[in-house]
Amino acid sequence: MMLMKRRDFLKVGAAAGAMASLYGCAGGNKAGGHVVVVGGGYGGATVAKYLRMWSEGSVQVTLIERNPNFISCPISNLVIAGTKTMEDITVSYDNLKSKWGVRVLQDDVLAIDAAKRSVKLAKGGELSYDRIVLSPGIDFMFDQIPGLNNAAAQEKIPHAWKAGPQTVALRQQLEAMKDGGVFAIAIPKAPYRCPPGPYERACVVADYFKKNKPKSKVVILDANEDVQSKKGLFMKAWADLYKDQLEYRPNSEVKDVEVASNTAILEFDKFKADVLNVIPPHRAGNIASQSGIKLVNNRWVDIDWLSMESTSTPGVHVIGDAIFPAPTMPKSGHMANQHGKLAAAAIINLLAGQAPNPAPVVMNTCYSFVDAKNAIHVASIHQYDAASKLVQPVKGAGGVSAARNELEGKAAMGWAKNIWADMLA
Amino acid sequence: MKRLTAIAAIGLLASAGAYAADPNLGRNLAATCANCHGTNGKAVPGSGMDSLAGESKAKLLQKLADFKSGDKPASIMHQITKGYTDEQLNLIADYFAAQK
Ligand SMILES: Cc1cc2nc3c(=O)[nH]c(=O)nc-3n(C[C@H](O)[C@H](O)[C@H](O)COP(=O)(O)OP(=O)(O)OC[C@H]3O[C@@H](n4cnc5c(N)ncnc54)[C@H](O)[C@@H]3O)c2cc1C
Ligand code: HEC
Repeated sequence: MMLMKRRDFLKVGAAAGAMASLYGCAGGNKAGGHVVVVGGGYGGATVAKYLRMWSEGSVQVTLIERNPNFISCPISNLVIAGTKTMEDITVSYDNLKSKWGVRVLQDDVLAIDAAKRSVKLAKGGELSYDRIVLSPGIDFMFDQIPGLNNAAAQEKIPHAWKAGPQTVALRQQLEAMKDGGVFAIAIPKAPYRCPPGPYERACVVADYFKKNKPKSKVVILDANEDVQSKKGLFMKAWADLYKDQLEYRPNSEVKDVEVASNTAILEFDKFKADVLNVIPPHRAGNIASQSGIKLVNNRWVDIDWLSMESTSTPGVHVIGDAIFPAPTMPKSGHMANQHGKLAAAAIINLLAGQAPNPAPVVMNTCYSFVDAKNAIHVASIHQYDAASKLVQPVKGAGGVSAARNELEGKAAMGWAKNIWADMLA
Repeated sequence: MKRLTAIAAIGLLASAGAYAADPNLGRNLAATCANCHGTNGKAVPGSGMDSLAGESKAKLLQKLADFKSGDKPASIMHQITKGYTDEQLNLIADYFAAQK
């Protein structure tokens, strides 16, 4: 009903000559052209599929991803805790190719020439585009933790903040650790990818210890002054479930590491652990942060919320963890997926000579496990506000779980299965 | 009343320049639900999440209204529905009801 009314407005407006627009007539031209997507993670895979689906195949899409398969960070903490396997969190790109007609290239994008609208590939050659979407996720600022600034150190002191070999490495270290050992996880100052993620990891590792190595301990070294997400629910889980296993230390920023002794160096203190997991500070993935695109705080890409297009560089859209987020918006896979849909809708309009949707909405949910079965959530909905030109959190909406529960443990796995399918099936 | 609002709205549109609802607004809004309920409301079988595709509009709207008011107990939907206007939920229900 409302839709009909709005369409009537459109007709009336157009007849009155009030709708003259830079973008031509709604519903007129069909979108065409070639979109290159860099990165096949939560944002990139989603935008690739939705561009093909919503344009009904009229927009050509090439997805460039350096890894052969998608490996999910969400649920990877359960691999580290030993209750899920790498296979459980790995999905192939085959359906994107065969079902959606996305051209998937396993390659590395080395550079973008925004003026020429082309990218340079590691395996050689260039690829031109009409529009490009960057969803490269994050890269680490290892220079902030000098001892970690080499490959050998990163293997010994894993971050496991990108899923893959690092996830396996951390799992193996925990398995090899003697009972009575100490696992320390160091959290960087916010903003970082997945605000509740480190606390979830601490919980599920503590659960693993409790069941398998009961004399062992988890210590959280948090650079922040307080728990960054779902504070009450995490603190309650620590008090109820892990009183003897887990210790939380706020204001404990890791400045460096001594690799040989597995020691974290804090401002006034040192901490030696049997298994040391340091998550370094990060910024937009290199291809986004080092292509001359406007950044905020020298770290995150500044974008237009109607299109996810860079505010400085026409034709370049950036989504996912790489962007400077709107107020209270976390860096999450759920949100990267929503950015991907916002960008796909906008790009299809733009390629057809139409304005992007003037009223976009995105929403987030992050489930976190506090043990092998129980989970908690945080949710928020963000509506575009023309005055601030930002998607703003809706007051009174969203929130956190009433209490940890098994039903949401099941919902968390249901979420994972559906979002993976929404991106890749 | 309705007429008056319409005329006022057109005046607003004219003064704000090219600003009208996107013809795919319902599709775009419904896509914000797909992370849990599946692409176009077709949930992965056995995932434990409900499919919304092809549900009658009236039933969908009733459930959404009950979540919003708190009449229908929920782990999360009471919080999500409050983030959308009734008009937006109406568009979303239209979209899912039309999926086969
Ligand atoms: C332990 C952990 C748990 C998490 N749990 C959750 C959760 O429960 N829920 C949730 O919503 N989020 C969660 N997250 C956050 C989520 O993983 C990220 O927010 C999400 O992956 C961001 O999506 P993205 O597309 O920006 O980046 P990514 O998913 O990281 O994708 C980036 C891709 O780009 C590729 N790439 C980068 N540069 C290039 C290049 N130059 N050429 C070719 N390919 C390139 C990379 O190989 C990668 O595949 C978690 C994160 C971690 C670490
Ligand atoms: C984070 C996951 C998630 C998202 C996102 C989500 N839902 Fe739900 N939905 C659920 C869960 C879980 C339930 C079961 C009720 C509960 O516990 O909240 C549910 C139940 C429902 C139901 C009732 C289904 C039935 O047959 O009883 C409807 C209708 C629904 N959701 C609509 C929506 C709409 C519309 C959106 C988008 C605006 C949406 N949902 C977004 C998780 C989600």
